[in-house]
Amino acid sequence: MSDPILSLDAVHTHIGRHHILQGVSFSVASGGATILLGRNGAGKSTVLKTIMGLFPASGGKIVFKGQAVERKKTHEIARMGMGYVPEDRAVLFNLTVEENFCLSMIVENEKTHERLNEVLELFPALKKFWKTRAGLLSGGQKQMLAIARVFVCDHSLLLIDEPSKGLAPIIVDQLGESLLRIKDKTKVILVEQNFNLARQVGSDCFILDDGRVVHHGLIQDLAEDKALMKKYLGIG
Amino acid sequence: METGGIMTTQTLGVEKSRERIKTRINMGMGMGIFLLPLIWMDTTTYFTLTVAGISLGMLIFLIASGLTLIFGLMDVLNLAHAAFFAFGAYAGAAVLNGFDSLGWISTASLPESLLYLVSALLAAGLTGAVLGIATETLVIRKVYGDHLMQLLVTVGVSFVIVEILKIVWGVNNEVVPVPMGFQDSFILWGVFIEYFRVVAIVLGIGVFAGLQFVLKKTKIGIIVRAGVENREIVKTTGYNISRIFTLIFAAGAALAATGGIMMAVFNQAVDPGMGDQFLIFALIVVIIGGMGSVTGSFIGAVMVGLSFNYVAYLIPKMALGVNFMIMAVILLIRPKGLFGKE
Ligand SMILES: Nc1ncnc2c1ncn2[C@@H]1O[C@H](COP(=O)(O)OP(=O)(O)OP(=O)(O)O)[C@@H](O)[C@H]1O
Ligand SMILES: [Mg+2]
Repeated sequence: MSDPILSLDAVHTHIGRHHILQGVSFSVASGGATILLGRNGAGKSTVLKTIMGLFPASGGKIVFKGQAVERKKTHEIARMGMGYVPEDRAVLFNLTVEENFCLSMIVENEKTHERLNEVLELFPALKKFWKTRAGLLSGGQKQMLAIARVFVCDHSLLLIDEPSKGLAPIIVDQLGESLLRIKDKTKVILVEQNFNLARQVGSDCFILDDGRVVHHGLIQDLAEDKALMKKYLGIG
Repeated sequence: METGGIMTTQTLGVEKSRERIKTRINMGMGMGIFLLPLIWMDTTTYFTLTVAGISLGMLIFLIASGLTLIFGLMDVLNLAHAAFFAFGAYAGAAVLNGFDSLGWISTASLPESLLYLVSALLAAGLTGAVLGIATETLVIRKVYGDHLMQLLVTVGVSFVIVEILKIVWGVNNEVVPVPMGFQDSFILWGVFIEYFRVVAIVLGIGVFAGLQFVLKKTKIGIIVRAGVENREIVKTTGYNISRIFTLIFAAGAALAATGGIMMAVFNQAVDPGMGDQFLIFALIVVIIGGMGSVTGSFIGAVMVGLSFNYVAYLIPKMALGVNFMIMAVILLIRPKGLFGKE
Protein backbone atom coordinates (compact mmCIF):
# COMPACT_ATOMS: atom_id res chain seq x y z
CA MET A 1 0.00 0.00 0.00
CA SER A 2 1.32 3.44 -0.94
CA ASP A 3 1.51 6.24 1.62
CA PRO A 4 -1.95 6.98 2.98
CA ILE A 5 -3.43 10.29 1.84
CA LEU A 6 -5.62 10.38 4.93
CA SER A 7 -5.42 8.52 8.19
CA LEU A 8 -7.48 8.63 11.37
CA ASP A 9 -5.98 7.36 14.60
CA ALA A 10 -8.32 6.72 17.54
CA VAL A 11 -10.54 9.67 16.72
CA HIS A 12 -13.24 10.59 19.23
CA THR A 13 -16.06 13.04 18.63
CA HIS A 14 -18.55 14.40 21.12
CA ILE A 15 -21.71 16.14 20.01
CA GLY A 16 -23.05 17.96 23.02
CA ARG A 17 -22.79 15.40 25.78
CA HIS A 18 -23.08 12.44 23.43
CA HIS A 19 -19.96 10.44 22.73
CA ILE A 20 -20.56 9.65 19.06
CA LEU A 21 -17.22 8.50 17.62
CA GLN A 22 -15.45 6.24 20.08
CA GLY A 23 -11.98 5.77 18.66
CA VAL A 24 -12.23 5.54 14.89
CA SER A 25 -9.05 4.44 13.14
CA PHE A 26 -8.55 3.82 9.46
CA SER A 27 -6.44 5.05 6.62
CA VAL A 28 -6.95 5.34 2.90
CA ALA A 29 -4.37 5.20 0.14
CA SER A 30 -4.51 7.61 -2.75
CA GLY A 31 -6.31 6.44 -5.84
CA GLY A 32 -9.69 4.79 -6.23
CA ALA A 33 -12.71 4.96 -3.96
CA THR A 34 -13.00 3.82 -0.35
CA ILE A 35 -16.47 2.95 0.90
CA LEU A 36 -17.82 3.61 4.40
CA LEU A 37 -20.75 1.38 5.26
CA GLY A 38 -22.86 1.01 8.39
CA ARG A 39 -26.46 1.11 9.52
CA ASN A 40 -28.36 4.35 10.17
CA GLY A 41 -26.87 6.23 13.07
CA ALA A 42 -23.61 4.28 12.96
CA GLY A 43 -21.64 7.51 12.72
CA LYS A 44 -20.70 7.63 9.03
CA SER A 45 -21.67 11.25 8.48
CA THR A 46 -20.04 12.21 11.76
CA VAL A 47 -16.77 10.69 10.55
CA LEU A 48 -16.84 12.83 7.39
CA LYS A 49 -17.78 15.97 9.33
CA THR A 50 -15.02 15.38 11.84
CA ILE A 51 -12.45 14.93 9.06
CA MET A 52 -13.70 18.17 7.51
CA GLY A 53 -13.39 20.00 10.84
CA LEU A 54 -17.13 20.68 11.13
CA PHE A 55 -17.17 18.84 14.44
CA PRO A 56 -14.05 19.20 16.58
CA ALA A 57 -12.37 15.89 17.34
CA SER A 58 -12.27 15.48 21.11
CA GLY A 59 -9.36 13.06 20.85
CA GLY A 60 -7.11 11.29 18.38
CA LYS A 61 -5.20 12.32 15.29
CA ILE A 62 -6.24 13.04 11.74
CA VAL A 63 -3.46 13.34 9.18
CA PHE A 64 -4.14 14.60 5.66
CA LYS A 65 -1.33 14.72 3.13
CA GLY A 66 1.21 14.43 5.92
CA GLN A 67 -0.20 17.25 8.05
CA ALA A 68 -2.17 17.00 11.28
CA VAL A 69 -5.54 18.62 10.57
CA GLU A 70 -7.64 17.84 13.65
CA ARG A 71 -7.10 21.36 15.01
CA LYS A 72 -7.41 23.17 11.70
CA LYS A 73 -10.36 25.29 10.60
CA THR A 74 -12.73 23.86 8.03
CA HIS A 75 -11.81 26.36 5.34
CA GLU A 76 -8.11 25.64 5.82
CA ILE A 77 -8.70 21.92 5.42
CA ALA A 78 -10.74 22.60 2.27
CA ARG A 79 -7.93 24.74 0.86
CA MET A 80 -5.50 21.86 1.41
CA GLY A 81 -7.44 19.99 -1.24
CA MET A 82 -10.32 18.29 0.51
CA GLY A 83 -13.76 18.47 -1.09
CA TYR A 84 -16.97 17.63 0.75
CA VAL A 85 -20.49 16.80 -0.43
CA PRO A 86 -22.86 16.61 2.56
CA GLU A 87 -25.84 14.28 2.56
CA ASP A 88 -28.64 16.82 2.30
CA ARG A 89 -28.41 18.10 -1.29
CA ALA A 90 -26.38 21.01 -0.15
CA VAL A 91 -26.53 23.65 -2.82
CA LEU A 92 -27.19 27.33 -2.37
CA PHE A 93 -30.86 27.69 -3.17
CA ASN A 94 -30.79 31.46 -3.63
CA LEU A 95 -27.90 31.35 -6.08
CA THR A 96 -28.23 30.37 -9.72
CA VAL A 97 -26.57 27.21 -10.99
CA GLU A 98 -23.88 29.41 -12.52
CA GLU A 99 -23.28 31.23 -9.23
CA ASN A 100 -23.11 27.91 -7.37
CA PHE A 101 -20.26 26.86 -9.66
CA CYS A 102 -18.62 30.26 -9.38
CA LEU A 103 -18.65 29.92 -5.59
CA SER A 104 -17.00 26.53 -5.73
CA MET A 105 -14.06 27.81 -7.76
CA ILE A 106 -11.79 28.98 -4.96
CA VAL A 107 -9.16 29.51 -7.59
CA GLU A 108 -10.16 30.45 -11.11
CA ASN A 109 -7.88 29.69 -14.00
CA GLU A 110 -7.90 27.99 -17.37
CA LYS A 111 -7.73 24.60 -15.73
CA THR A 112 -10.81 25.08 -13.57
CA HIS A 113 -12.76 26.37 -16.56
CA GLU A 114 -11.69 23.31 -18.52
CA ARG A 115 -12.87 21.10 -15.66
CA LEU A 116 -16.14 23.00 -15.56
CA ASN A 117 -16.74 22.15 -19.22
CA GLU A 118 -15.97 18.48 -18.53
CA VAL A 119 -18.32 18.45 -15.56
CA LEU A 120 -21.11 20.03 -17.58
CA GLU A 121 -20.70 17.30 -20.18
CA LEU A 122 -21.17 14.82 -17.36
CA PHE A 123 -24.31 16.60 -16.15
CA PRO A 124 -25.93 18.21 -19.21
CA ALA A 125 -29.10 19.02 -17.26
CA LEU A 126 -27.18 21.60 -15.26
CA LYS A 127 -26.18 23.44 -18.41
CA LYS A 128 -29.83 23.73 -19.37
CA PHE A 129 -30.65 25.42 -16.05
CA TRP A 130 -27.51 27.57 -15.99
CA LYS A 131 -29.30 30.81 -15.05
CA THR A 132 -31.97 29.16 -12.87
CA ARG A 133 -32.04 29.54 -9.10
CA ALA A 134 -30.83 26.25 -7.65
CA GLY A 135 -33.80 26.21 -5.26
CA LEU A 136 -36.06 25.61 -8.25
CA LEU A 137 -34.23 22.49 -9.43
CA SER A 138 -35.71 19.05 -8.80
CA GLY A 139 -34.30 16.97 -5.97
CA GLY A 140 -32.19 14.89 -8.32
CA GLN A 141 -30.88 17.93 -10.15
CA LYS A 142 -29.94 19.55 -6.84
CA GLN A 143 -28.04 16.41 -5.90
CA MET A 144 -26.20 16.50 -9.24
CA LEU A 145 -25.29 20.13 -8.69
CA ALA A 146 -24.12 19.40 -5.14
CA ILE A 147 -21.74 16.78 -6.50
CA ALA A 148 -20.79 18.55 -9.71
CA ARG A 149 -19.81 21.75 -7.93
CA VAL A 150 -17.02 20.03 -6.00
CA PHE A 151 -15.73 18.35 -9.15
CA VAL A 152 -14.61 21.63 -10.72
CA CYS A 153 -11.85 22.12 -8.19
CA ASP A 154 -8.62 20.21 -8.23
CA HIS A 155 -9.08 18.29 -4.98
CA SER A 156 -6.84 15.50 -3.76
CA LEU A 157 -9.62 13.90 -1.72
CA LEU A 158 -13.39 14.02 -1.97
CA LEU A 159 -15.73 13.09 0.89
CA ILE A 160 -19.15 12.23 -0.50
CA ASP A 161 -22.04 11.44 1.84
CA GLU A 162 -24.80 9.25 0.43
CA PRO A 163 -25.13 10.74 -3.03
CA SER A 164 -27.79 8.24 -4.12
CA LYS A 165 -30.26 9.14 -1.35
CA GLY A 166 -33.72 9.61 -2.82
CA LEU A 167 -32.67 9.38 -6.47
CA ALA A 168 -34.50 7.37 -9.14
CA PRO A 169 -32.69 4.12 -10.14
CA ILE A 170 -31.78 5.44 -13.58
CA ILE A 171 -30.23 8.55 -12.07
CA VAL A 172 -28.31 6.36 -9.61
CA ASP A 173 -26.86 4.51 -12.61
CA GLN A 174 -25.76 7.81 -14.14
CA LEU A 175 -24.30 8.84 -10.82
CA GLY A 176 -22.38 5.56 -10.65
CA GLU A 177 -20.84 6.30 -14.04
CA SER A 178 -19.76 9.77 -13.10
CA LEU A 179 -18.31 8.52 -9.81
CA LEU A 180 -16.36 5.89 -11.73
CA ARG A 181 -14.87 8.61 -13.92
CA ILE A 182 -14.08 10.84 -10.99
CA LYS A 183 -12.36 8.24 -8.86
CA ASP A 184 -9.86 7.64 -11.64
CA LYS A 185 -8.60 11.18 -11.14
CA THR A 186 -9.36 11.92 -7.50
CA LYS A 187 -9.38 9.85 -4.35
CA VAL A 188 -12.93 9.46 -3.04
CA ILE A 189 -14.32 8.41 0.34
CA LEU A 190 -17.89 7.46 -0.28
CA VAL A 191 -20.59 6.85 2.32
CA GLU A 192 -23.22 4.78 0.57
CA GLN A 193 -26.19 2.70 1.64
CA ASN A 194 -26.93 1.55 -1.89
CA PHE A 195 -24.83 -1.59 -1.89
CA ASN A 196 -24.89 -2.06 -5.66
CA LEU A 197 -23.62 1.44 -6.26
CA ALA A 198 -20.97 1.00 -3.58
CA ARG A 199 -19.82 -2.28 -5.13
CA GLN A 200 -19.74 -0.76 -8.62
CA VAL A 201 -17.56 2.18 -7.58
CA GLY A 202 -15.37 0.99 -4.72
CA SER A 203 -13.10 -1.80 -3.65
CA ASP A 204 -11.66 -1.00 -0.21
CA CYS A 205 -14.39 -0.84 2.39
CA PHE A 206 -14.83 -0.09 6.09
CA ILE A 207 -17.88 -0.87 8.19
CA LEU A 208 -18.75 1.41 11.09
CA ASP A 209 -20.97 0.46 14.00
CA ASP A 210 -21.71 2.46 17.13
CA GLY A 211 -18.92 4.91 16.40
CA ARG A 212 -16.21 2.31 15.78
CA VAL A 213 -14.70 0.58 12.76
CA VAL A 214 -15.78 -3.06 13.03
CA HIS A 215 -14.65 -4.47 9.71
CA HIS A 216 -12.18 -3.74 6.92
CA GLY A 217 -11.94 -5.63 3.65
CA LEU A 218 -12.77 -5.67 -0.03
CA ILE A 219 -16.36 -4.86 -0.81
CA GLN A 220 -16.44 -7.74 -3.33
CA ASP A 221 -15.61 -10.21 -0.54
CA LEU A 222 -18.18 -8.60 1.72
CA ALA A 223 -20.88 -9.40 -0.81
CA GLU A 224 -20.12 -13.10 -0.25
CA ASP A 225 -20.12 -12.84 3.55
CA LYS A 226 -23.83 -13.08 4.30
CA ALA A 227 -23.37 -13.31 8.07
CA LEU A 228 -21.34 -10.10 8.26
CA MET A 229 -23.73 -8.27 5.97
CA LYS A 230 -26.67 -9.26 8.14
CA LYS A 231 -24.93 -8.40 11.39
CA TYR A 232 -23.77 -4.89 10.52
CA LEU A 233 -25.86 -3.79 7.58
CA GLY A 234 -29.07 -5.71 8.06
CA ILE A 235 -28.90 -6.91 4.45
CA GLY A 236 -29.50 -10.47 3.21
CA MET B 1 -48.80 12.20 -18.82
CA GLU B 2 -47.15 14.28 -21.53
CA THR B 3 -50.09 16.64 -22.04
CA GLY B 4 -50.49 16.91 -18.29
CA GLY B 5 -46.95 18.16 -18.07
CA ILE B 6 -47.48 20.72 -20.81
CA MET B 7 -50.75 21.90 -19.25
CA THR B 8 -49.05 22.55 -15.96
CA THR B 9 -46.28 24.52 -17.59
CA GLN B 10 -48.85 26.61 -19.46
CA THR B 11 -50.95 27.34 -16.42
CA LEU B 12 -47.77 28.19 -14.57
CA GLY B 13 -46.87 30.63 -17.34
CA VAL B 14 -50.30 32.27 -17.25
CA GLU B 15 -50.19 32.58 -13.49
CA LYS B 16 -46.78 34.11 -13.64
CA SER B 17 -47.83 36.81 -16.11
CA ARG B 18 -51.01 37.42 -14.15
CA GLU B 19 -48.87 37.83 -11.06
CA ARG B 20 -46.66 40.27 -12.95
CA ILE B 21 -49.63 42.36 -14.11
CA LYS B 22 -50.94 42.44 -10.55
CA THR B 23 -47.57 43.66 -9.29
CA ARG B 24 -47.55 46.39 -11.95
CA ILE B 25 -51.04 47.54 -10.98
CA ASN B 26 -50.04 47.59 -7.33
CA MET B 27 -46.92 49.58 -8.08
CA GLY B 28 -48.90 51.98 -10.27
CA MET B 29 -51.42 52.52 -7.49
CA GLY B 30 -48.59 52.95 -5.03
CA MET B 31 -47.06 55.71 -7.11
CA GLY B 32 -50.50 57.24 -7.64
CA ILE B 33 -50.86 57.74 -3.91
CA PHE B 34 -47.83 59.99 -3.98
CA LEU B 35 -49.63 62.30 -6.45
CA LEU B 36 -52.51 62.64 -3.98
CA PRO B 37 -51.01 65.64 -2.11
CA LEU B 38 -51.48 67.68 -5.33
CA ILE B 39 -55.15 68.00 -4.37
CA TRP B 40 -54.24 70.19 -1.40
CA MET B 41 -51.24 72.14 -2.70
CA ASP B 42 -49.98 73.93 -5.80
CA THR B 43 -47.47 72.25 -8.06
CA THR B 44 -44.53 74.42 -6.96
CA THR B 45 -44.98 73.47 -3.32
CA TYR B 46 -45.46 69.87 -4.37
CA PHE B 47 -42.26 69.89 -6.38
CA THR B 48 -40.32 71.53 -3.54
CA LEU B 49 -41.57 68.96 -1.06
CA THR B 50 -40.88 66.12 -3.48
CA VAL B 51 -37.24 67.11 -3.97
CA ALA B 52 -36.85 67.54 -0.21
CA GLY B 53 -38.58 64.22 0.39
CA ILE B 54 -36.41 62.31 -2.05
CA SER B 55 -33.20 63.75 -0.61
CA LEU B 56 -34.35 62.97 2.94
CA GLY B 57 -35.23 59.50 1.67
CA MET B 58 -31.70 59.06 0.32
CA LEU B 59 -30.22 60.01 3.69
CA ILE B 60 -32.51 57.52 5.39
CA PHE B 61 -31.50 54.96 2.77
CA LEU B 62 -27.85 55.30 3.81
CA ILE B 63 -28.58 54.24 7.38
CA ALA B 64 -31.24 51.74 6.27
CA SER B 65 -28.93 50.07 3.76
CA GLY B 66 -26.45 49.38 6.56
CA LEU B 67 -29.28 47.93 8.59
CA THR B 68 -30.34 45.83 5.60
CA LEU B 69 -26.90 44.24 5.54
CA ILE B 70 -26.65 43.66 9.28
CA PHE B 71 -30.25 42.94 10.22
CA GLY B 72 -31.78 41.89 6.90
CA LEU B 73 -28.96 39.74 5.54
CA MET B 74 -27.00 38.64 8.60
CA ASP B 75 -30.07 38.48 10.87
CA VAL B 76 -28.31 40.33 13.69
CA LEU B 77 -30.44 42.64 15.81
CA ASN B 78 -27.98 45.46 16.17
CA LEU B 79 -29.09 48.29 18.45
CA ALA B 80 -25.62 49.82 18.21
CA HIS B 81 -26.47 50.90 14.67
CA ALA B 82 -27.66 54.27 15.97
CA ALA B 83 -24.39 54.69 17.84
CA PHE B 84 -22.38 53.98 14.66
CA PHE B 85 -24.52 56.62 12.97
CA ALA B 86 -23.86 59.22 15.69
CA PHE B 87 -20.16 58.43 15.91
CA GLY B 88 -19.81 58.79 12.14
CA ALA B 89 -21.59 62.13 12.33
CA TYR B 90 -19.17 63.42 14.99
CA ALA B 91 -16.09 62.05 13.22
CA GLY B 92 -17.13 63.69 9.95
CA ALA B 93 -18.06 66.91 11.75
CA ALA B 94 -14.59 66.97 13.34
CA VAL B 95 -13.08 66.95 9.86
CA LEU B 96 -15.34 69.80 8.75
CA ASN B 97 -14.49 71.71 11.92
CA GLY B 98 -10.82 71.24 11.09
CA PHE B 99 -11.31 72.78 7.67
CA ASP B 100 -13.40 75.52 9.27
CA SER B 101 -10.63 76.48 11.69
CA LEU B 102 -8.46 77.04 8.63
CA GLY B 103 -11.17 79.35 7.32
CA TRP B 104 -11.87 77.18 4.29
CA ILE B 105 -15.48 76.27 4.93
CA SER B 106 -17.05 79.72 4.75
CA THR B 107 -15.38 80.53 1.45
CA ALA B 108 -15.69 77.13 -0.23
CA SER B 109 -16.78 76.99 -3.85
CA LEU B 110 -18.98 74.11 -4.92
CA PRO B 111 -16.08 71.83 -6.01
CA GLU B 112 -14.18 72.68 -2.81
CA SER B 113 -17.29 71.95 -0.77
CA LEU B 114 -17.55 68.58 -2.44
CA LEU B 115 -13.93 67.85 -1.63
CA TYR B 116 -14.46 68.72 2.05
CA LEU B 117 -17.60 66.60 2.19
CA VAL B 118 -15.84 63.62 0.61
CA SER B 119 -13.09 63.92 3.26
CA ALA B 120 -15.72 63.99 5.98
CA LEU B 121 -17.49 61.00 4.42
CA LEU B 122 -14.24 59.04 4.28
CA ALA B 123 -13.45 59.85 7.90
CA ALA B 124 -16.95 58.81 8.96
CA GLY B 125 -16.88 55.65 6.83
CA LEU B 126 -13.50 54.57 8.15
CA THR B 127 -14.50 55.24 11.76
CA GLY B 128 -17.69 53.27 11.20
CA ALA B 129 -15.79 50.37 9.64
CA VAL B 130 -13.34 50.25 12.55
CA LEU B 131 -16.19 50.35 15.08
CA GLY B 132 -17.97 47.65 13.10
CA ILE B 133 -14.93 45.37 12.97
CA ALA B 134 -14.35 45.80 16.70
CA THR B 135 -17.99 45.19 17.58
CA GLU B 136 -18.27 42.11 15.37
CA THR B 137 -15.08 40.41 16.48
CA LEU B 138 -15.34 41.24 20.19
CA VAL B 139 -19.05 40.87 20.77
CA ILE B 140 -21.34 39.83 17.94
CA ARG B 141 -19.34 36.77 16.93
CA LYS B 142 -20.33 35.03 20.14
CA VAL B 143 -24.04 35.65 19.81
CA TYR B 144 -24.91 34.74 16.21
CA GLY B 145 -28.31 33.10 16.09
CA ASP B 146 -29.37 34.37 19.53
CA HIS B 147 -31.59 37.43 19.13
CA LEU B 148 -32.10 38.10 22.82
CA MET B 149 -28.37 38.10 23.52
CA GLN B 150 -27.82 40.30 20.47
CA LEU B 151 -30.26 42.86 21.85
CA LEU B 152 -28.57 42.84 25.23
CA VAL B 153 -24.99 43.05 24.07
CA THR B 154 -25.61 45.65 21.38
CA VAL B 155 -27.41 47.87 23.88
CA GLY B 156 -24.22 47.59 25.91
CA VAL B 157 -22.01 48.39 22.93
CA SER B 158 -24.26 51.31 22.11
CA PHE B 159 -23.82 52.79 25.61
CA VAL B 160 -20.06 52.37 25.44
CA ILE B 161 -19.79 54.05 22.03
CA VAL B 162 -22.01 56.97 23.00
CA GLU B 163 -20.08 57.44 26.26
CA ILE B 164 -16.77 57.52 24.36
CA LEU B 165 -18.34 60.00 21.99
CA LYS B 166 -19.37 62.24 24.88
CA ILE B 167 -15.89 62.07 26.41
CA VAL B 168 -14.22 63.00 23.14
CA TRP B 169 -16.66 65.62 21.85
CA GLY B 170 -18.78 66.65 24.83
CA VAL B 171 -22.40 66.08 25.75
CA ASN B 172 -24.02 69.08 24.08
CA ASN B 173 -25.40 69.74 20.61
CA GLU B 174 -22.77 71.12 18.30
CA VAL B 175 -23.23 73.21 15.19
CA VAL B 176 -21.78 71.59 12.09
CA PRO B 177 -20.11 74.01 9.66
CA VAL B 178 -21.67 73.47 6.26
CA PRO B 179 -19.35 74.21 3.31
CA MET B 180 -20.48 77.41 1.62
CA GLY B 181 -20.96 75.80 -1.78
CA PHE B 182 -23.80 73.68 -0.40
CA GLN B 183 -25.75 76.67 0.90
CA ASP B 184 -26.22 77.88 -2.66
CA SER B 185 -29.09 76.71 -4.71
CA PHE B 186 -30.21 76.69 -8.31
CA ILE B 187 -33.65 77.17 -9.81
CA LEU B 188 -35.45 74.32 -11.52
CA TRP B 189 -39.02 74.80 -12.75
CA GLY B 190 -39.42 77.83 -10.53
CA VAL B 191 -38.19 76.07 -7.41
CA PHE B 192 -35.02 76.73 -5.44
CA ILE B 193 -33.02 73.54 -4.97
CA GLU B 194 -30.01 73.46 -2.65
CA TYR B 195 -26.96 71.78 -4.04
CA PHE B 196 -26.64 69.62 -0.94
CA ARG B 197 -29.96 67.96 -1.73
CA VAL B 198 -28.64 66.98 -5.13
CA VAL B 199 -25.47 65.65 -3.50
CA ALA B 200 -27.58 63.57 -1.12
CA ILE B 201 -29.63 62.16 -3.98
CA VAL B 202 -26.55 61.35 -6.07
CA LEU B 203 -24.83 59.70 -3.09
CA GLY B 204 -27.92 57.64 -2.25
CA ILE B 205 -28.32 56.42 -5.81
CA GLY B 206 -24.59 55.74 -6.01
CA VAL B 207 -24.59 53.65 -2.83
CA PHE B 208 -27.67 51.80 -4.06
CA ALA B 209 -26.11 51.01 -7.43
CA GLY B 210 -22.78 50.09 -5.84
CA LEU B 211 -24.36 47.71 -3.35
CA GLN B 212 -26.48 46.08 -6.03
CA PHE B 213 -23.46 45.68 -8.26
CA VAL B 214 -21.26 44.18 -5.57
CA LEU B 215 -23.95 41.83 -4.27
CA LYS B 216 -25.28 40.69 -7.64
CA LYS B 217 -22.34 40.80 -10.01
CA THR B 218 -19.12 40.15 -8.14
CA LYS B 219 -17.59 37.06 -6.63
CA ILE B 220 -17.43 38.65 -3.20
CA GLY B 221 -21.17 39.32 -3.53
CA ILE B 222 -21.80 35.68 -4.36
CA ILE B 223 -19.74 34.61 -1.33
CA VAL B 224 -21.64 37.03 0.91
CA ARG B 225 -25.06 35.85 -0.27
CA ALA B 226 -23.93 32.24 0.06
CA GLY B 227 -22.53 32.84 3.56
CA VAL B 228 -25.80 34.33 4.70
CA GLU B 229 -27.75 31.37 3.33
CA ASN B 230 -25.60 28.42 4.37
CA ARG B 231 -22.41 28.83 6.36
CA GLU B 232 -21.47 25.20 6.25
CA ILE B 233 -21.24 25.00 2.46
CA VAL B 234 -19.21 28.19 2.32
CA LYS B 235 -16.78 26.89 4.93
CA THR B 236 -16.35 23.49 3.36
CA THR B 237 -15.78 25.14 -0.01
CA GLY B 238 -12.75 26.87 1.47
CA TYR B 239 -13.81 30.38 2.48
CA ASN B 240 -13.13 31.92 5.87
CA ILE B 241 -16.70 32.56 6.93
CA SER B 242 -15.88 34.62 10.00
CA ARG B 243 -13.89 37.05 7.88
CA ILE B 244 -16.85 37.35 5.50
CA PHE B 245 -19.20 38.14 8.37
CA THR B 246 -16.81 40.72 9.78
CA LEU B 247 -16.69 42.32 6.35
CA ILE B 248 -20.47 42.55 5.99
CA PHE B 249 -20.82 43.96 9.49
CA ALA B 250 -18.08 46.52 8.88
CA ALA B 251 -19.73 47.59 5.62
CA GLY B 252 -23.07 48.02 7.38
CA ALA B 253 -21.50 50.08 10.16
CA ALA B 254 -19.62 52.24 7.64
CA LEU B 255 -22.86 52.94 5.79
CA ALA B 256 -24.53 53.97 9.04
CA ALA B 257 -21.62 56.28 9.81
CA THR B 258 -21.70 57.97 6.39
CA GLY B 259 -25.44 58.35 6.83
CA GLY B 260 -24.62 60.08 10.11
CA ILE B 261 -22.35 62.77 8.68
CA MET B 262 -24.75 63.38 5.78
CA MET B 263 -27.61 63.87 8.22
CA ALA B 264 -25.40 66.12 10.35
CA VAL B 265 -24.69 68.38 7.40
CA PHE B 266 -28.36 68.25 6.40
CA ASN B 267 -29.47 69.37 9.88
CA GLN B 268 -26.33 71.50 10.44
CA ALA B 269 -26.01 69.97 13.91
CA VAL B 270 -24.92 66.90 15.82
CA ASP B 271 -25.97 65.58 19.21
CA PRO B 272 -25.04 62.34 20.97
CA GLY B 273 -28.54 60.88 20.75
CA MET B 274 -29.10 61.79 17.10
CA GLY B 275 -29.00 58.18 15.97
CA ASP B 276 -32.09 57.04 17.79
CA GLN B 277 -34.78 58.84 15.81
CA PHE B 278 -33.21 57.84 12.51
CA LEU B 279 -32.84 54.25 13.60
CA ILE B 280 -36.62 54.13 13.88
CA PHE B 281 -36.93 55.48 10.33
CA ALA B 282 -34.41 52.93 9.15
CA LEU B 283 -36.19 50.05 10.87
CA ILE B 284 -39.48 51.09 9.26
CA VAL B 285 -37.74 51.24 5.89
CA VAL B 286 -36.16 47.81 6.22
CA ILE B 287 -39.48 46.29 7.26
CA ILE B 288 -41.41 48.04 4.47
CA GLY B 289 -38.83 47.00 1.89
CA GLY B 290 -38.52 43.39 3.02
CA MET B 291 -35.70 41.93 5.06
CA GLY B 292 -32.40 41.78 3.25
CA SER B 293 -33.60 43.46 0.05
CA VAL B 294 -31.46 46.43 -0.96
CA THR B 295 -33.98 47.44 -3.63
CA GLY B 296 -36.74 47.20 -1.04
CA SER B 297 -34.99 49.48 1.41
CA PHE B 298 -34.22 51.96 -1.39
CA ILE B 299 -37.87 52.21 -2.38
CA GLY B 300 -38.98 52.11 1.25
CA ALA B 301 -36.63 55.00 2.08
CA VAL B 302 -38.01 57.15 -0.74
CA MET B 303 -41.57 56.39 0.40
CA VAL B 304 -40.77 57.33 3.99
CA GLY B 305 -38.92 60.49 2.97
CA LEU B 306 -41.72 61.66 0.67
CA SER B 307 -44.63 60.95 2.96
CA PHE B 308 -42.81 62.57 5.88
CA ASN B 309 -42.41 65.78 3.88
CA TYR B 310 -45.92 65.90 2.40
CA VAL B 311 -47.60 65.16 5.68
CA ALA B 312 -45.34 67.51 7.63
CA TYR B 313 -46.61 70.29 5.34
CA LEU B 314 -50.27 69.29 5.40
CA ILE B 315 -50.77 67.97 8.93
CA PRO B 316 -47.49 68.61 10.83
CA LYS B 317 -48.53 66.55 13.85
CA MET B 318 -49.00 63.45 11.71
CA ALA B 319 -45.56 63.53 10.08
CA LEU B 320 -44.01 60.71 12.10
CA GLY B 321 -47.19 58.71 12.53
CA VAL B 322 -47.85 58.41 8.82
CA ASN B 323 -44.80 56.22 8.39
CA PHE B 324 -46.09 53.76 10.93
CA MET B 325 -49.40 53.77 9.07
CA ILE B 326 -47.65 53.04 5.76
CA MET B 327 -45.76 50.23 7.42
CA ALA B 328 -48.94 48.74 8.87
CA VAL B 329 -50.78 48.90 5.53
CA ILE B 330 -47.89 47.35 3.62
CA LEU B 331 -47.50 44.56 6.15
CA LEU B 332 -51.22 43.85 5.88
CA ILE B 333 -50.97 43.51 2.09
CA ARG B 334 -47.51 41.92 1.97
CA PRO B 335 -46.49 40.47 5.34
CA LYS B 336 -42.89 40.05 4.18
CA GLY B 337 -42.57 43.62 2.94
CA LEU B 338 -42.44 44.92 -0.62
CA PHE B 339 -39.49 42.86 -1.81
CA GLY B 340 -39.34 40.21 0.92
CA LYS B 341 -39.04 36.62 -0.20
CA GLU B 342 -42.20 34.62 0.49
N1 LIG C 1 -26.06 17.41 15.51
C1 LIG C 1 -26.25 16.31 16.26
N2 LIG C 1 -26.68 16.43 17.53
C2 LIG C 1 -26.87 15.33 18.31
N3 LIG C 1 -26.66 14.09 17.89
C3 LIG C 1 -26.23 13.91 16.63
C4 LIG C 1 -26.01 15.00 15.75
N4 LIG C 1 -25.59 14.53 14.57
C5 LIG C 1 -25.57 13.19 14.71
N5 LIG C 1 -25.94 12.82 15.95
C6 LIG C 1 -26.01 11.44 16.46
O1 LIG C 1 -24.82 10.80 16.14
C7 LIG C 1 -25.05 9.46 15.74
C8 LIG C 1 -24.39 9.20 14.40
O2 LIG C 1 -25.02 10.02 13.43
P1 LIG C 1 -24.56 10.06 11.93
O3 LIG C 1 -25.34 11.10 11.25
O4 LIG C 1 -23.08 10.15 11.88
O5 LIG C 1 -25.01 8.62 11.41
P2 LIG C 1 -24.96 8.02 9.96
O6 LIG C 1 -24.17 6.77 10.06
O7 LIG C 1 -24.52 9.02 8.98
O8 LIG C 1 -26.48 7.65 9.74
P3 LIG C 1 -27.39 7.73 8.41
O9 LIG C 1 -27.11 6.50 7.65
O10 LIG C 1 -28.77 7.73 8.95
O11 LIG C 1 -27.04 8.97 7.69
C9 LIG C 1 -26.54 9.27 15.72
O12 LIG C 1 -26.92 8.56 16.86
C10 LIG C 1 -27.11 10.66 15.76
O13 LIG C 1 -28.29 10.69 16.50
MG1 LIG D 1 -25.44 10.03 7.48
